[in-house]
Amino acid sequence: MDIRRILVANRGEIAARIIRTCRKLGIETVLAASEADLDSIPARLADRTVCIGPSRPSESYLRVETIVQAALGVRADAIHPGYGFLSERAALARLCEQQSVIFIGPTAAQIDAVGDKLRARSEAQAANVAVVPGGAVESGEAALSLARQIGTPILVKAVGGGGGRGMKLVDHLENLPHAIELAAAEAGAAFGDARVYLERFVTRGRHVEVQVLGDGHGGVIHLGERDCSVQRRYQKLLEESPAPGLADEFRQQLHEAAVRFAKRLAYRGAGTVEFLVDTHTDQFYFLEMNARIQVEHPVTEALTGVDLVAEQIAIASGAGIRLTQSDIRAQGWAMECRINAEDPGRDFQPSPGVVRAVTWPAGPGIRVDTHIAAGSRVPPFYDSLLAKLIAYGPTRAQALQRLQEAVAASRVEGVRTNLAFHAAVLKDPEFQAGAVDTGFLARLLERSPLQMETGIHG
Amino acid sequence: MTLTAKDVAEITRLLEESNFDELYLELDGLKLSLRRGTAGAAQPLGNGDGSASAAQSPGAGSMVPGAAPTASFSPAVSAPAVGAARPVGPAAAPGPAAAPGPSASAGTASARLAGAPAAAPAPVPPAADDPNNVPVSAPLLGTFYRAPKPGAPPFVEIGSQVEEDTIIGIIEVMKLMNTVRAGVRGKVTQILCRDGALVEYGETLMRVGKPG
Repeated sequence: MDIRRILVANRGEIAARIIRTCRKLGIETVLAASEADLDSIPARLADRTVCIGPSRPSESYLRVETIVQAALGVRADAIHPGYGFLSERAALARLCEQQSVIFIGPTAAQIDAVGDKLRARSEAQAANVAVVPGGAVESGEAALSLARQIGTPILVKAVGGGGGRGMKLVDHLENLPHAIELAAAEAGAAFGDARVYLERFVTRGRHVEVQVLGDGHGGVIHLGERDCSVQRRYQKLLEESPAPGLADEFRQQLHEAAVRFAKRLAYRGAGTVEFLVDTHTDQFYFLEMNARIQVEHPVTEALTGVDLVAEQIAIASGAGIRLTQSDIRAQGWAMECRINAEDPGRDFQPSPGVVRAVTWPAGPGIRVDTHIAAGSRVPPFYDSLLAKLIAYGPTRAQALQRLQEAVAASRVEGVRTNLAFHAAVLKDPEFQAGAVDTGFLARLLERSPLQMETGIHG
Repeated sequence: MTLTAKDVAEITRLLEESNFDELYLELDGLKLSLRRGTAGAAQPLGNGDGSASAAQSPGAGSMVPGAAPTASFSPAVSAPAVGAARPVGPAAAPGPAAAPGPSASAGTASARLAGAPAAAPAPVPPAADDPNNVPVSAPLLGTFYRAPKPGAPPFVEIGSQVEEDTIIGIIEVMKLMNTVRAGVRGKVTQILCRDGALVEYGETLMRVGKPG
């Protein structure tokens, strides 16, 4: 079916980015915005904006019925959910299916399949993709015996979600019952699902993920991997592609595992299969699948020249995957910094406010995805991402240098940002050498806390 | 989709010759509302949903000027109405003079685009900034209904006396009917939203003149 009008059910940089591709494709956009975002850049870019509710996400961006009603009311053919908010809520995909509105994403059943982390684990195993040793927590007794089998350290994780919530690290088995209790309570509050499971904690691991596109009928291609190991408390801050220091054969195995997993689900749309790479044993394990466009997708776009949002729309319209695996040729190197309105000097507290003045970098190989200009408000209700700076170069060294220059050329006045923090990461010798593990950032912060100036100007 | 002045004249003639009082035409995002009518009947539409929502949502109002895609948007519910109205400008322009004014003779169909600001009504409502003329805004986004069911008389009309808890309409969100109450005591002075239209959160549905 032809998609001529899309309701963009999101905000911030991703809303602006989706609208740009729609314009290029000649598709009309209607932005579903909360009261706080009515004069945002995405609202100005969209052909039309409808106010869906008050600022609090629970009363606007998270309302499934309101979003679908808005789509019907403006006669949109499709809804693009972006990332976060309702993007991975099966309820939205399901209501769209019932109302004959195209959901630009996977089917409700696929969202359910990957949203339940235990189910995703068993799908991975069925697709012959290795998972971290672990399993469901049925009872206290069974958990303990499973834990003995796995060996410490152990991670207690939430079945219903991710992002570090409902996650507890256990070093000694006697702490396990308490950790399970805490994790279950946290998971219940955050995801409405108190189930938890156990996984062996990989002490030195890298987070490497593979971008895939599926046509919904078993056709799946991959667009290479991204390394997202630079994380703080499970929040990604810097991503790059390709993943440094992987042997070609290993890299290929990762890609193939991701494709096998997506094929098993007959996955539809753009998705990301996340892996944990154990740097001690050189093995990789399936972690989870993200059934949406990712924040860090521009890194892949820089390398492949593929507009992932355009492909999402094409697949949703029934055009299938317009590329074959051999069309995908990743060239060069790309790196992305997430510029957040937060204060590294105060434990990365969010720093909402009004942006008085802003300068974003430009130049060869530089892309800036943002919704922030002078006068933009950074409301306290939403995540603090201000912009993504993406640098591309023929080699890692050149991409890195361009990104350093881009960070140095960026100025944001009025709110505190993590720009100076990114500058410190980019010049760190361990990062420059490449192939850091997920513990890198915590070690860097411990080693040189004074480097992390506040990043406020004026 | 464009309608020429000739098209509108032709449609108007067809309505005049028919037994119907109203014609509601939707073409590819363009809405044409024709009503064989009196000034009173035309008045709610004449106030322009378009102008109301433009005032409510600065985002929509500040869209990129001349952006081509806007022209095909449904003019009844949003700011782009102005752009959408353009194709039929020549036909719509005589509208205000001929249609809603007291001079409109009974039986003459009045043609104009819903929401076109050019078609302002003749009766002068109290100024929007009059503190005694209180807006009743939509508590949520949805489809606005003025009556409890199709064909039933509207909850309120212009001139209706309302109390704080008087129901003035219904907003439907995916089959869930939410009643909207006046929230203020007084007399309805303006009705700004058409029955069955999409209303946004915070959009002004009506105005109520407070006594005194």
